Amino acid sequence: MTLNVQDLKVGRAGIALLDGVSFDVCAGDVLVLRGPNGIGKTSLLRSLAGLQPVLGGRVDVAPDSMAYGAHADGVKGTLTVVENLTFWARVHGHPVRADVFDAFDLAHLKDRTAAQLSAGQQRRLGLARLAVTGRLGLLLDEPTVSLDAASVALFAAFIQRHLATGGFAVIATHIDLELKAEVLDLTPYKAQAAAADPAGFDEAFL
Amino acid sequence: MSLWEYANPVKFMALSGQVLPWVGGLAALCLGVGLVWGFFFTPDDFRQGSTVKIIYLHVPSALMAINTWFMMLVCALIWLIRRHHVSALAARAAAPVGIVMTLIALFTGAVWGQPMWGTWWAWDPRLTSFLILFLFYLGYIALWSAIEDPDTAADLTSVLCIVGSVFAILSRYAVNFWNQGLHQGASLSLDKEENVADVFYIPLLVCIAGFVCLFLALVLLRTRTEIRVRRIRALEARSRMA
Amino acid sequence: MIALFRRDLQLAMRAGGGFGLALAFFLIVVTLVPFALGPDRETLAAVAAGVLWLGALLACLLSLDRIFALDFEDGALELLATAPIPLEGVAAVKALAHWLTTGLPLTLAAPVLGVLLSLPAGAYGWLTLSLAIGTPALSVIGTFGAGLTVGIKRGGLLMSLIVLPLYVPTLIFGADIVRRATDGLDPTAPLILLAVITLASAALLPFASAAAIRINLR
Repeated sequence: MTLNVQDLKVGRAGIALLDGVSFDVCAGDVLVLRGPNGIGKTSLLRSLAGLQPVLGGRVDVAPDSMAYGAHADGVKGTLTVVENLTFWARVHGHPVRADVFDAFDLAHLKDRTAAQLSAGQQRRLGLARLAVTGRLGLLLDEPTVSLDAASVALFAAFIQRHLATGGFAVIATHIDLELKAEVLDLTPYKAQAAAADPAGFDEAFL
Repeated sequence: MSLWEYANPVKFMALSGQVLPWVGGLAALCLGVGLVWGFFFTPDDFRQGSTVKIIYLHVPSALMAINTWFMMLVCALIWLIRRHHVSALAARAAAPVGIVMTLIALFTGAVWGQPMWGTWWAWDPRLTSFLILFLFYLGYIALWSAIEDPDTAADLTSVLCIVGSVFAILSRYAVNFWNQGLHQGASLSLDKEENVADVFYIPLLVCIAGFVCLFLALVLLRTRTEIRVRRIRALEARSRMA
Repeated sequence: MIALFRRDLQLAMRAGGGFGLALAFFLIVVTLVPFALGPDRETLAAVAAGVLWLGALLACLLSLDRIFALDFEDGALELLATAPIPLEGVAAVKALAHWLTTGLPLTLAAPVLGVLLSLPAGAYGWLTLSLAIGTPALSVIGTFGAGLTVGIKRGGLLMSLIVLPLYVPTLIFGADIVRRATDGLDPTAPLILLAVITLASAALLPFASAAAIRINLR
């Protein structure tokens, strides 16, 4: 179970942001992405998740094996915590395991609607969604936003258990999760302006 | 050397730059000759009097209104299948030309309808179909201008163009079903029995040729503008990255 | 997909889900018509078929932007796109849920509102039948329009501009069924054509909707 990325080129709105990104993530590995704002961490994660087409290079990974989690976590305010999680579990064809509620400290909030939760509690619910998808690969974009120290520890523990059961993760984050993680700084991969190529076949607007 | 090579913006710019003055000149020539011939050197119709002469504007513009949509559909398919940017930009360039052609057809139709049928507007199937076509153009152009990213806009408008074409044809039949009309049958068809007389026919053909050239010239011109706009965007993006 | 269907119904029924708003809008439009046209029973009876169909169509249009916009804003649409269910299925299920919460109540309410407009006695059955067959097409076509404009901020007006021309054939055949029934003619021909539109749109348009959503999510 691995994610293999070779010479990947990703961008936003047709303009390349990162070029030549290569890495391997094996089962049990965590890769932490670093780099200044706007370097293309989100675009890279979205490309890995298959939400946007890559501009070049290869991504090798088993189909339907990765779950994507971003700032917007698809939590519906008018549904309760249980209903939200049950929905995402059933979409992925699993039941909800009871231990998920304890893992993210949601047990006492089960029957509250998500709108009544605080920002941090909603975030924990969004992260619990990742657990119920049953996917091995996790692509996380700033997962710890609005979490307090205790919740960050809960989250790190979840990742730790997930890795132990054969999972892997690619995380864009600025805080230290105290995990044994490889760190990939994206700054050297910043895409250079393409050389003008008037003979180029199609995208020869330059 | 395949035809697709002209889908390269640079080749397209070079070729269209050479062709444009000729097409434009031909349009001016055909329209000048056809309209003057039609308006001043053809006899009045024995039933419709001199009002028949609006045919030289009405029929060509109506033809172009439909053919423009057809061209947009072909461009949309080329863009979705082969991803040639020039194709998407040509569709974008053609839409305003098409909507103006539709407006000319509707307006001349109203001006013609007033003396003939005694009313500016009737809910006749042909008139109604053109009004619906006008609405389709409106939606298409609005979608183009609402989306910032040019490739996303090209994709979405292409999907709309394909679905819209199906519904436009459907609407045409629905409208026929809904109301039988006042409008005469087709003025032009390949079997000559139903055609208008030769004295009107030949200047009409010249006018149609003029409208086709005018359409080509306008679309080439507008496509060139769109390509230049894209070039400016690309240069700006490059200077931001440098 | 059943889970998605159940969630969409739940969301529509909960507070702020907008269930019933379309129905209330339909009622208000029909109530306003006599104020504009005068209370004469014969005038109202003559336009009742068209007004009821037009009212149902506009009520349907009003609730379209909820189909994808909310899921797009809170990220659920992206997550659904990465889930193991096809987006075509998502589009079809959402259209079905929209019909159950909008089209079906409108269909059931229409005969009652027909009384307000003095719809002739023979036309009630045909009105209900035509709406029952026609409103699914409105939901499916509307889902396509919603998918097309989901990424556009304040795209509601634009969506109306795109969707309304697409509604023309459905409206023509649907209203024609009731008009023919009102005039004592045989409405079978438009009924069959309306059914063809509904079936063909339901079979084909989810693919176009899914394509539009994929483009918008990029």
